[in-house]
Amino acid sequence: MTDATLVLDCRGMRCPLPIIELARHIVDVEVGATVTVLADDPAAASDVPAWCRMRSHEYLGADDDAYTVRRLH
Amino acid sequence: MSTRGVSEQSGATPPGYFDAASTEPLHPAAREVLLAAADEGWADPARLYGSARRARLLLDNAREVVAAVVGARPDEVTFTASGTQAIQLGMLGTVAARRRQGGGPRAVAVSAVEHSAVLQSAAHLARHDGTTTTEVGVDRDGLVDPARFADAVDDDTALACLQAANHEVGTVQPVDEVGERCAERGVPLLVDAAQAAGRVALPRRWSVLAASAHKWGGPAGVGVLAIRRDVRWRSPLPEDERGGGRAPGFENVPGALAAAAALRARWEEAEAVAGRQRELVDHIRTRVPELLADVDVVGHPTRRLPHLVTFSCLYLDGEALVTELDRAGFAISSGSSCTSSTLRPSHVLAAMGALTHGNVRVSLTRDATRADVDRFLAAVVDVVTRLRAGLEAL
Repeated sequence: MTDATLVLDCRGMRCPLPIIELARHIVDVEVGATVTVLADDPAAASDVPAWCRMRSHEYLGADDDAYTVRRLH
Repeated sequence: MSTRGVSEQSGATPPGYFDAASTEPLHPAAREVLLAAADEGWADPARLYGSARRARLLLDNAREVVAAVVGARPDEVTFTASGTQAIQLGMLGTVAARRRQGGGPRAVAVSAVEHSAVLQSAAHLARHDGTTTTEVGVDRDGLVDPARFADAVDDDTALACLQAANHEVGTVQPVDEVGERCAERGVPLLVDAAQAAGRVALPRRWSVLAASAHKWGGPAGVGVLAIRRDVRWRSPLPEDERGGGRAPGFENVPGALAAAAALRARWEEAEAVAGRQRELVDHIRTRVPELLADVDVVGHPTRRLPHLVTFSCLYLDGEALVTELDRAGFAISSGSSCTSSTLRPSHVLAAMGALTHGNVRVSLTRDATRADVDRFLAAVVDVVTRLRAGLEAL
């Protein structure tokens, strides 16, 4: 499903918890590497890309409930 | 008889009430008229004796006042039981007239940020009348591109719907431009003016217009449905002679007259109120990102309603914000999923690509002051800082 460096399983969590997890763990990967968030709260579809825009990371897209982000800084 | 929970209180807005977009307290002008009209306009306006003629006169008077403000002829205006009912009757009746025995155009074009009453009516038409719904997206500011909307309107379009202004983020839509394109194609355009009526100049190029009196300081239970004379409309409901054959049931004459009085008063003071509110809203829009990190202020910066401003705070739960601000004495609403019964985030924020959690919608009443707003900003900073405790490093 994904070859991300790190996969965060946030299924069952309600927003903003998946976004908080993403923000906590983005620093666990190198700059340029990717993090995939598994989230079944429908708000994640808006909030993962919005977080990337606000925090200047790259949103790579979603595959079902898997949202992938590239750390840019 | 007991009316428990009702206290003897004047109509003054409680300070800290920042949810005018949900409903505004009764305008002082409406208060007097409501009482007077309850005494004088109680009779059946459809009858022919003196008290009935009096009620009819008051109803006609209300219609004239509302027609003048919304830019319609008096005979184009009908009072409904609510703004939602006006939207439902407007959409269903227009589509019913355009689609005969299942023939005729079958698409309903709507913007992605319409009020749920419009989207639900479109879904209802799809389920029961075999229509399809064409949704037109918006940009980051919640604004519809008129050219894109026009592209979605073709010979198969039965009805187009575009709000005058958005109820969650305040963006004012280019209705007249869209209306011109719809007129060229002979497609009726329904405009939901619920948030705009009495506050800003309304668009002119509509076929059907819907509004709601309690949003402008009229009483609840009064909606407005205006249908241009040259627009075909067929009632989707069983036949009823009331409401000019458009809205069913005995007319709420005192409510309609009070609604009209509030609308006229709002219209007369609109420029002064909007001027004050714009200053306060600009102040909030400037100060919130200065006072707080990681906040997304949403809605168009200039093409906007004067009284409404929305922002989202990263990492926060909308419900917690509503609850904590309530505790601090402020009433606000939120489009975050945890504050909706469906646990779905606001379709408006999602369509704009805005952050949906930690959402705060502030909408000012006509008498909001700078001091109220400054107290509110201080409370927001305090609440957000407390709720973000432990998340500072993110």
